Amino acid sequence: MNRILPKLGWTALALIGAFCLAYIALSRGETISALWVVTAAVGIYMAAYRFYGLYIANKVVGIDPTRMTPAVRHNDGLDYVPTNKNVLFGHHFAAIAGAGPLVGPVLAAQMGYLPGLLWLVAGVVLAGAVQDFMVLFVSTRRDGRSLGDLVKSELGAVPGMIALFGAFLIMVIILAVLAMIVVKALADSPWGTFTVFATIPIAMFMGVYMRYIRPGQIGEISVVGFILLIGAILLGGQVAASETWAPMFTFTGTQLTWMLVGYGFVAASLPVWLLLAPRDYLSTFLKIGTILGLAIGIVVVAPMMQMPHVTKFIDGTGPVWSGNMFPFLFITIACGAVSGFHALIASGTTPKLLENESHAAFIGYGGMLMESFVAVMALVAASVIDPGVYFAMNSPAAVIGKEAVDVAAKISSWGFVITPDVLLQTAADVGEKSIISRAGGAPTLAVGMAHIISGAIGGKAMMAFWYHFAILFEALFILTAVDAGTRAGRFMLQDLLGAFIPSFKRTDKLGPNLIATGACVAAWGYFLYQGVVDPLGGINTLWPLFGVANQMLAAVALILCTVVLFKMKRERYAWVTIVPTVWLLMCTLTAGWQKIFDASPKVGFLANAARFSAAAERGEVLAPAKSVGQMQQIIFNNYLDAALCGLFMFVVVSIMIFGFRACMKARADARVTTQETPYQALPERA
Amino acid sequence: MFQNLAKMGEYLGHTARMMVGLPDYDSYVQHTRLKHPERTPMTYEEFFRERQEARYGGGAGKCC
Repeated sequence: MNRILPKLGWTALALIGAFCLAYIALSRGETISALWVVTAAVGIYMAAYRFYGLYIANKVVGIDPTRMTPAVRHNDGLDYVPTNKNVLFGHHFAAIAGAGPLVGPVLAAQMGYLPGLLWLVAGVVLAGAVQDFMVLFVSTRRDGRSLGDLVKSELGAVPGMIALFGAFLIMVIILAVLAMIVVKALADSPWGTFTVFATIPIAMFMGVYMRYIRPGQIGEISVVGFILLIGAILLGGQVAASETWAPMFTFTGTQLTWMLVGYGFVAASLPVWLLLAPRDYLSTFLKIGTILGLAIGIVVVAPMMQMPHVTKFIDGTGPVWSGNMFPFLFITIACGAVSGFHALIASGTTPKLLENESHAAFIGYGGMLMESFVAVMALVAASVIDPGVYFAMNSPAAVIGKEAVDVAAKISSWGFVITPDVLLQTAADVGEKSIISRAGGAPTLAVGMAHIISGAIGGKAMMAFWYHFAILFEALFILTAVDAGTRAGRFMLQDLLGAFIPSFKRTDKLGPNLIATGACVAAWGYFLYQGVVDPLGGINTLWPLFGVANQMLAAVALILCTVVLFKMKRERYAWVTIVPTVWLLMCTLTAGWQKIFDASPKVGFLANAARFSAAAERGEVLAPAKSVGQMQQIIFNNYLDAALCGLFMFVVVSIMIFGFRACMKARADARVTTQETPYQALPERA
Repeated sequence: MFQNLAKMGEYLGHTARMMVGLPDYDSYVQHTRLKHPERTPMTYEEFFRERQEARYGGGAGKCC
């Protein structure tokens, strides 16, 4: 009886989840409460963890609680520390959660919330959480080594190099797309710009305090920093209202792009304690706090889902991003369902802190479920606002125009009835001049969050505050990622160039450092600039590239896990990783192919290049180009994007071939051929 | 009751520090004293700086 009861409880959770999902799917034409969505997701997550996560742990990989983990073997109290599993869960989650799971679902909402919700839930259970957990397991069994190292040792040196090269390119695209989100959110917004600028002196003050005044006291200074941030938001409102100050903080997207590039270069060259570390503390605590706040807000306010569960744009004609549901929905929602980047975290610090192998499922599988939950909340936030407002915010100006009257007419003609007054009033509510064509997801999410949180605290009067709080919260950790990513990219580049010019490897030398930092900033800055000036909003070009790249890294990680299962002689369970791998390969290769070769210039890079070439030959100048030179630039950019996309496809296809060969070889061998660290028993607790 | 609350506070503090890459200092000192008696453990300040440099110096692996 004692063994049956808990099982019944878990089954009940699964049934509740399934019931809620069925209710959502069947409630055609009526608006439902967001609580149904959240409950459906949580019920399914819990049941998936209990039945599938633990199945993978016990049957598929064979977790061994008596086996020594790297944290115990190399315990030094610093890098390798056996850590309480709840504490480690917090560490791991804070490392994987970023802007990705917040933005993707917002963009995906153009098809309605149901397709996004289904993919988030199914994707995380069958692909994302499986990847995070298994990579964590594989790395833990190999002394906490990194993904690049693991691919090298299990698949071979060449695929190892290819994977590293792919990771560098992905880094460049991620930084560009993240920076673009910030630019889109801050353009022509003195309030937002002022607050984000203010974080720099605040962080520096914290840095100096922690270094010299009260060394190492993170807690107290984080509280002070937080209070200063709130002060900056309030002051930002005054700045935006002032006739003298507002113009000083009003910038166009292009100006902000140059500032961000300059910022990236300087920030990555400063000592870490001065800016990067203190801002990371702030952004981490703010991130966790805001996620908790949003969850509580949804439960307390129980907002209604205004977005239809499926919109007419399910046919792929939507204005936010182009392309059919398959494969582009599955590319647009990258993080939140499955994210290759997590493989880098799961093979980074977390395996060095794992106290016992038996915790890996909770941390790897559970951590990813939590991330998916954040993505579901982002989807909710985008769906509780008026759909007309959603489309006004996310459609490019080239499609809907710039004046509220035109925009409202255009969007109403799509069946999402809205008046110009609502658009102006929403902008006024959140303290902005205009909310039209603020692509990139962050502003929409901020409006949604302001809508939810102001329902709980402060009402309409506080809406502008909450909107800028949400913008700040996103900008803060995006800037941290830009800064940290530029540093990481610099090291990768110095490593790569060092193979040819040995003096480049000297990371302590100023010359090579500055050159590598400059090259790295130039690389993402180039894509950022291209995205910002794109009349279709940039999201069209950069987000699919990012999605494709991220999912491909996930495919690489899952191929690695498949090879490891074959080498462990557990190939009868290999479907657990093969199924998501095949799905990801289908999505990414189809999407990659269409992004390059599709005949529609809205989707295909080459078709768009051809459109501009043809116009250039006729002597015409197509928007956004204003001269023949800019036309040439656009043509070149499209070729470059196509080449980059092709390169990603090359990376994943070659890894697939190497992986397949490694599997066949392992199958032919009767012995276990993994490169695991030999078994050592975990010492008895003293 | 208060003991539980204090314990929970300690726990949350530990989690918060771990989120930004700072392991427990007391455990570090205890570990060094126990396993490496020949070494002098770093002071908290040195420990803090060492950890900060280790986390961010090599370019922190942050997710999107």
